[in-house]
Amino acid sequence: MTNNKVKIKTEKLNVFYGQKQALKNVNLEIYNREVTALIGPSGCGKSTYIRCINRMNDVIETCKISGSIKIDGQEINNKQIDVVRLRERIGMVFQKPNPFPKSIYDNVAYGPQIHGLADHKDKLDQIVQTSLKKSALWEEVKDRLDEPGTSLSGGQQQRLCIARAISVNPEVILMDEPCSALDPIATAKIEELMEELKKTFTIVIVTHSMAQAVRVSQRTGFFHLGNLIEVDTTDKMFKNPNNKMTQDYITGRFG
Amino acid sequence: MSKEELLKKRYRAEKRFKFYGLTSVILAILFVLFLVNVIFSKGKGAFSRTTISVEVDFNTEKLELKNNPTNKEIQDTDFYDLSIESLLNVYKTNGLKEEKDLIRIFSPDYEIEIKNFIIENKGFLNKTAIIELTASDDIDQLNKGNYPRHLPEERRRISDFQLLIYDKLVEDNKIQKTFNTFLFTNGDSRDPELAGVGGSLLGSFFTIIVTLLLSFPIAILASIYLEEFAPKNRITDFIEININNLAAVPSIVFGLLGLGILLGTFDFPRSTPLVAGITLALMTLPRIIIPCRASLKAVPPSIREGALAVGASKVQSVTHHVVPLAIPGTLSGTIIGLAQALGETAPLILIGMVAFVVDLPSSPVDPSASLPVQVYLWSEQAERGFVEKTSATIMILLTFLITMNAFAVYLRQKFERRWS
Repeated sequence: MTNNKVKIKTEKLNVFYGQKQALKNVNLEIYNREVTALIGPSGCGKSTYIRCINRMNDVIETCKISGSIKIDGQEINNKQIDVVRLRERIGMVFQKPNPFPKSIYDNVAYGPQIHGLADHKDKLDQIVQTSLKKSALWEEVKDRLDEPGTSLSGGQQQRLCIARAISVNPEVILMDEPCSALDPIATAKIEELMEELKKTFTIVIVTHSMAQAVRVSQRTGFFHLGNLIEVDTTDKMFKNPNNKMTQDYITGRFG
Repeated sequence: MSKEELLKKRYRAEKRFKFYGLTSVILAILFVLFLVNVIFSKGKGAFSRTTISVEVDFNTEKLELKNNPTNKEIQDTDFYDLSIESLLNVYKTNGLKEEKDLIRIFSPDYEIEIKNFIIENKGFLNKTAIIELTASDDIDQLNKGNYPRHLPEERRRISDFQLLIYDKLVEDNKIQKTFNTFLFTNGDSRDPELAGVGGSLLGSFFTIIVTLLLSFPIAILASIYLEEFAPKNRITDFIEININNLAAVPSIVFGLLGLGILLGTFDFPRSTPLVAGITLALMTLPRIIIPCRASLKAVPPSIREGALAVGASKVQSVTHHVVPLAIPGTLSGTIIGLAQALGETAPLILIGMVAFVVDLPSSPVDPSASLPVQVYLWSEQAERGFVEKTSATIMILLTFLITMNAFAVYLRQKFERRWS
């Protein structure tokens, strides 16, 4: 696989929720403009890992994070970093579609508005249109941008959330099981979309479906009980993994 | 027991349960209907008043008035002799006792009523006018059919002679029943036929405004801070427990607080809507904070995460996304809290709102009564006129409360539709 630039690099990452250790000494590199899939059984720390990258774990008071997270070589796991600015650079799509209870237009326009990316209405319209086009939703909603985002179907809502995430032009998109609440057709659409998005963005996706990891990712990391067991190119991971545990998991012996 | 029998038994249990439930609902409705019926049948009389037609000859010479007098000149003129003379013309009397009896069928404000009439209708100067004068409480009740005229004379406040006059006046069509505007425009009075809830309506209005202005912003900001920003630790837990406890504190305790601190220490003006408003605001605060926090808590966390993930700051995620979703619950919680405050009597008694106030208040720092206290005051009076006025005041108060609650329901539905 390509040996391009490292976008995100974590070293000795430890995360505690109160007494419970959710991540143990994770060293992982995520490459630029690639899809990295994180797989593993429930509660293994995949979601915790991606929530460290945009510091969403800050919301949880009992959460303690130690270690180093570098984005383009810049350390982000310290108090000096401005999380608002960080989250503008690193977008996130959640497991359950969570559009704002506002119009489709306002859902996408919200990010650019608060970050001051558009100084006039035309520019904002343009951002909304491009974002919806990039998330392959434009054709379906262009005539009803005033309708509430919650009136869309589940798959459409999730693409709306993707449009919302890319509207502020981030560098990385984190996806936390984005298809687990969707039917196969909607899932296929999102996967197609990721193929397109990885040309511009670095994508990290947490998924329960190994088939999905194979379909969409170039690199896969396997987590188990807070440990990163193995990470390699997706090809190698699913054909010839180094670790016995990985082998057992992808062949369905446990998890 | 066979399976069939067991199934039958389960169905019977279900039927029994439904029956009990339905009975409770019907009983509750019957109680409400009974209550409304009692209040309405007792209070409806207060919405009409009885007047007696009296012929008055406005002879300027007799009154010692100039031609074309100003309002002030009329106001300063003595109308007493003219009034008495006109009243005595209503029926032929013999002796001082009968004269007194005749005059007592009128409400004691006859002189003022005659004066006000001529100030508003100056065209009747030097002419004779027929004026509707308010009848006394007893005649009013007699005319409404509430007076026990069959009792022997010594057990009645209306003498036989007065009954004679009344019957003659009815025969001559000189007794009228009109809509009682006094009920809404007058302040309190010792005479039931002149007493109205105007003063207490205004007093309640000013009180609620003060309460709203104080409690709403404080409660909203406190609940947003506690729910969204405050660190979760022992101190916040302690505050939370205390807010819940405060909501359960009997209202009279807040009255003591108002009495001790506002009146005692800070020397605020006694019996005023300002003090009442501050006291009730203290009482209402926890009652608004609790539903506000509940509706903030009910906003799904995914909305907060969604906002934070696109780079909204904490305050932006709260003000742009969480608070708008919590508005329906917040507003209806506030209005219901205010409605409770509106019906509160005990704390107001302690801060002196029970004073007898005749004048209408023109600002929150004027002494005044309030609707529930007015009910309390009038319910202690013996006159029949006050009995019906008590029920009428309850009706007015209930109308206010129902309107406020309906408004809360309306707001909740309106905003819910908008944000769903």
